[in-house]
Amino acid sequence: MSGQTDVRMDGSAEVRTDRQATPGSGGHRRERRPTQETFDSYYGLPVLNEPPWTEHDIAGYLFLGGLAGASSTLAAAAELTGRPRLARAAKVGALCALGGSLYALIHDLGRPERFVNMLRVFKVTSPMSVGTWLLTAYGPQAGCAAATDLAGRFPRLGRAATVGAALTGPAVATYTAALICDTAVPAWHEGFREMPFLFAGSAAAAAGGLGMLAAPPEEAGPARRVAVLGAGAECVAAIRMERRLGPLAEPLKRSRLLRAGEALVLAGALAGLAAGRRSRIASMAAGAALLAGSACTRFGIFRAGMESANDPKYTVQPQRRRQRELS
Amino acid sequence: MGRVGFFTDTSICIGCKACEVACKEWNAVPDDGLTFTGMSYDNTVSLSADTWRHVAFVEQRRPLGHQEPGVGDMDFRWLMASDVCKHCTEAACLDVCPTGSLFRTEYGTVVVQEDICNGCGYCVPACPFGVIGKRESGGLAAKCTMCYDRLGDGQEPACAKTCPTDSIQFGDLDELRERAALRLDQVREEGIGSARLYGHDPDDGVGGMGAFFLLLDEPEVYGLPPDPVVTTRDLPSMWRHAGVAALALLAGVAATTFSWRRRG
Repeated sequence: MSGQTDVRMDGSAEVRTDRQATPGSGGHRRERRPTQETFDSYYGLPVLNEPPWTEHDIAGYLFLGGLAGASSTLAAAAELTGRPRLARAAKVGALCALGGSLYALIHDLGRPERFVNMLRVFKVTSPMSVGTWLLTAYGPQAGCAAATDLAGRFPRLGRAATVGAALTGPAVATYTAALICDTAVPAWHEGFREMPFLFAGSAAAAAGGLGMLAAPPEEAGPARRVAVLGAGAECVAAIRMERRLGPLAEPLKRSRLLRAGEALVLAGALAGLAAGRRSRIASMAAGAALLAGSACTRFGIFRAGMESANDPKYTVQPQRRRQRELS
Repeated sequence: MGRVGFFTDTSICIGCKACEVACKEWNAVPDDGLTFTGMSYDNTVSLSADTWRHVAFVEQRRPLGHQEPGVGDMDFRWLMASDVCKHCTEAACLDVCPTGSLFRTEYGTVVVQEDICNGCGYCVPACPFGVIGKRESGGLAAKCTMCYDRLGDGQEPACAKTCPTDSIQFGDLDELRERAALRLDQVREEGIGSARLYGHDPDDGVGGMGAFFLLLDEPEVYGLPPDPVVTTRDLPSMWRHAGVAALALLAGVAATTFSWRRRG
């Protein structure tokens, strides 16, 4: 596209390069990206409006919600197989992560005092609505499970809450994938087939990491194995997603956070498996690496989506390719 | 009253921005900066919470019909187009709104109820056109209402009312579609082969737009997506994938715990 105004009263049409404003010098809303690609855009501006979500709230919630949900499932498995210290660590961890999730979700609202308006309706077309109701079902059970465990009272109620939280937890951990994929953000939307598995794996890795960090090694066997399974699932899902997305995977492939996340969860999972049984310190270090890796992955996915929304290339080119394939 | 809409005929837009001003005035839309952008005569940049009509200006080194204003032959044309919320038949913003704040009116338009919105911002990335935004002041989502308050009074929206060339036409959507088809033939016969309609087809990715356009170039030249699809079309599949992943997580934790029960 040419941005050259060269209409003059004498009718000549030479380009006067010395009088052109630098595009972007007066921009006030968003950074404009000059592109060398052969596609048209309106001054290189994004087609989409950027999600108004703050990174530490929403990417943080993706991590904490996954950690909470998978920890509740791990807690029930630990309790039912006679590992009370791992169960307690996972229950308390789930409750803390849930608290952080709720804080982040409400804090990110434009009008936090109106958060109860989410409970006016139930809409299956809105993953945020479904997620609100999932959290409403899951939250009290996770809270009750942790409270009865710590207090040592009402064991039957505690058991019921533990099992209930374990059954709803995985939905809390994976619905967030539908939440971000059900948008026009290209890298999120087009990755919707792999994203829930990536999130489930990342959540399992984080919950395993928390178990290794907080429970004694002799009880943390399930945590170590869950971490290995989660780390493997996360990496396989990420590789498949990047392959299937083609050119749209660029922001994912460029992401150092995603690479760091994969390296940390794999290292943490393998270190836990190799040395976590013998050394408490090694177990804790591996657990910390898994938690950090899971967080890196969620922040990486969040940022890659933002990048894909802010470049018109990722909106226009896939739509053009789809049109060409159909015609 | 049936479904109403806008037909914006960009071939007769003169870039006066009266629509932007009338919209701001009538709807009390806050100021969001009037700065020099270097993008031709555009100083509102794009649609947002505080810009509900946006006039795009595109300067091209291409001739356009018989528009030379007596300065000799020109290989230059100036495209102007007033963009607005498309009031989609299948509206993603409305689908994903978790509070029910966004709703479909009796005129077939899509409107935000300010007293219900809690500013979650989900509608913003859901919109495939980058129309709706979250207001910094007040924190609520905001966009074109097609002057819902005027429609109830039998008045046309402020932008259409003020448009001096009738580039913005308001009316019954079916009638506008017929009118647009005739206008397209006319413009093409005049020699502007690049003219095309955008958003008129009820079979497109958003089920047809309540506000559609006659454009003189590819949609992306004006900052419009060439083939937008409402994101919720894939939502059933998303739920299936998320459900399978949740079950896999449950099964994975159970398998790794119970099958190693004896070995610890």
